[in-house]
Amino acid sequence: MATHDAFREETCAWLEENCPASMRTPMAEDEVMWGGRKADPKNPDSKLWLDRMGAQGWTAPMWPKEYGGGGLNKEENKVLQEELGRIKARPPLFSFGLWMLGPVLLEYATEEQKQQFLPQIVRGEIRWCQGYSEPGAGSDLAGLQTRAIEDGDDYVINGQKVWTSYANYADWIFCLVRTDTSTKHEGISFILFDMETEGVTTKPIKLISGSSPFCETFFDDVRVPKSQMVGRLNGGWEIAKKLLQHERTNISSGGFGASASAGLEQLVKDHVGEEGGRIADPLMRDRVAKQKMTEHAFSLTVRRATEEAKAGGEVGAASSIFKYVGAEMNKSRYELLVEALGDQGLGWEGDGFNSDELNVTRQWLRSKANSIEGGTTEINLNVVAKRVLGLRDHQ
Amino acid sequence: MGLVLTEEQTLLRDSARDFIQDKSPVSAFRALRDAGNEDGYSKELWQGMAEMGWAGMLIPEEHGGLDFGFQGMGIVMEEAGRTLTASPLLASVVLGGSAIVLAGSDAQEKDILPKLATGEILLALAVDEGAHHAPERIMMSATRDGDGFVLNGEKTAVLDGHIADKVIVAARTSGTPSQPGVTPEGLTLFVVDGDAQGLTKTRRDMVDHRNSDTLTFDNVRVSADAVLGGVDEGGHLLNMVLDRGRVALAAEMLGSMSQVFQLTLDYLKERRQFGQLIGSFQSLQHRAAHMFSEIELSKSAVLAALTAIEEDKANASQLASLAKAVVNEAYHLISKEGVQMHGGIGMTDEHDIGFYLKRARVTEHALGSTKYHRARYADLSGY
Repeated sequence: MATHDAFREETCAWLEENCPASMRTPMAEDEVMWGGRKADPKNPDSKLWLDRMGAQGWTAPMWPKEYGGGGLNKEENKVLQEELGRIKARPPLFSFGLWMLGPVLLEYATEEQKQQFLPQIVRGEIRWCQGYSEPGAGSDLAGLQTRAIEDGDDYVINGQKVWTSYANYADWIFCLVRTDTSTKHEGISFILFDMETEGVTTKPIKLISGSSPFCETFFDDVRVPKSQMVGRLNGGWEIAKKLLQHERTNISSGGFGASASAGLEQLVKDHVGEEGGRIADPLMRDRVAKQKMTEHAFSLTVRRATEEAKAGGEVGAASSIFKYVGAEMNKSRYELLVEALGDQGLGWEGDGFNSDELNVTRQWLRSKANSIEGGTTEINLNVVAKRVLGLRDHQ
Repeated sequence: MGLVLTEEQTLLRDSARDFIQDKSPVSAFRALRDAGNEDGYSKELWQGMAEMGWAGMLIPEEHGGLDFGFQGMGIVMEEAGRTLTASPLLASVVLGGSAIVLAGSDAQEKDILPKLATGEILLALAVDEGAHHAPERIMMSATRDGDGFVLNGEKTAVLDGHIADKVIVAARTSGTPSQPGVTPEGLTLFVVDGDAQGLTKTRRDMVDHRNSDTLTFDNVRVSADAVLGGVDEGGHLLNMVLDRGRVALAAEMLGSMSQVFQLTLDYLKERRQFGQLIGSFQSLQHRAAHMFSEIELSKSAVLAALTAIEEDKANASQLASLAKAVVNEAYHLISKEGVQMHGGIGMTDEHDIGFYLKRARVTEHALGSTKYHRARYADLSGY
């Protein structure tokens, strides 16, 4: 106990000295620090904060020190998170490297690969993108066709990926490629390469929301050293699935579960009217309460799963529902908001709408992807039915 | 404990499960129904439950109880719900017992609690006056008469009312009706003997064959020491007692819906059509997975509400409404889907699943429908 008190004191003092004042304020979406070679933050403090936290290893507090991480144990990490929360510090780094790639590298990569890639992820020097989906391989991901053919010490990669998040800003890609065409799942490998390698091109896709968070990515005779394959040849599917688990947990709990409760009732009051502190329209009030109750029960379930994992060491069945429930809940939240805002919830741009209203509209359109990206709602229901409930396929 | 059972609570759950599965399987409830039992519960089973200490779970040790706490009560309710165990646990132990423990005078405690803890006497709580749960709209009158009161009016949906030795009744001594999330003013609770002159108790035969009775008060005279808590101060007490009932009932419903889901899942894994197990059809798999997610959400809401009551948290009422509303909807869905997925066999009286469907609707309605608790949750949340 005493050791944690000491750690808390040190942490508190370090944060006080090193977290710039402007990094203790709420963050707009365009202020998110993604790191990487092309990072160009509006506020120089973002870079400073990332550099300091990265040097400390606290962007990945529980990764081993030898790979640049913070080397903290669970209790110390809890202290760190509490102290960060207390001063309302912004996350120093948003990163697919931290959330998805890092954990599988720790499990599957060679010592040399860990030394090469993990410290860069911790310091936010390299921004990663995910080369998974293809035009013909979405929910049926293992049907992917991007080919990697051996040539001397290299693989030569040809094919196309799609829905590559922020590929146009990324420095490197973790990519699933086909290394054996005679079999499906057992013919896939997991490989890493620089997006500046000759033969790689990206093209942003404009979405219904008007933004372009995703790209098409093309590979034309891209030459990648064999040493950049993670795990064994044709052993990529297991790694791919592991990485998806990290992704789904992130999309559901961190991604939209946390922010989902703020502001709904006030926006509805502002647009449908209020009487004696209550939303004036009783039907709308009932639906707001229903939505808020689902969100409340969901956040309690996330908390319960965390407590269960702490108590029993094993991940309980509860976590299997996060992606499905989280995605559907977020979609229904924005459907409700757009309806409550009426005409003001359907504006595209310009002075006829305030920024909250425009944000609701764009988020409503964006939320439609929640039940598609990282495994569709239907695929997640399949996973629960088969793995948790033990229901079988046709025989 | 937060949302995970402690070791002690796990032991309690295991012993409750063993007792219930052994002494009170669904077939015991079926036998009670078939016999047309007018009490609506088995005295022998109740004796056994009292010997387990369950009648005294919420009663302090000085009055002969176990004082095991509200989370323990929830654990027992959930296990009882799995087999549709008919017993006075909710009406007498949770609703009646909580009222006395929370607000009883020394004399009331000494008079009632020791006998309640042994299961020797039964209590009931009389609140509603129409077809819907509405404690804020209580109009039954209690008028001063010398140093006592005279009660007049009709109470509906009194759980286990006709078998109660003492009835705790909420009546209006002043004030006017209020909104769901606002503490009602001008209410007073009274402890009335079950055989008081002018009190008529009528059993209503509900679809779940439990007791939800009508009590008529025709110039029932009570003395001043029948008042529970303070005169005109019953609103807050009633809220606390009802929240305990709502959460305990939600725990029972959680047990019932988990059992319906298990029965249904078993059936999906054994019934064959078109040469396939029906559980291999995706249209049923997705609905089953959705039901599973509703159960997981319900479980979290119930555990959080039990904890909030146990620890007397400021948001206990909000969590009670959350638990009841979430569980109402989930049990509704799962009982309905359970019957559908069982096909023809689910329509027969011979199969147990129909019992759960009928019990589901009665429990959804009791102590506040989904609509009621959404409105209350909204009020308590400031919108």
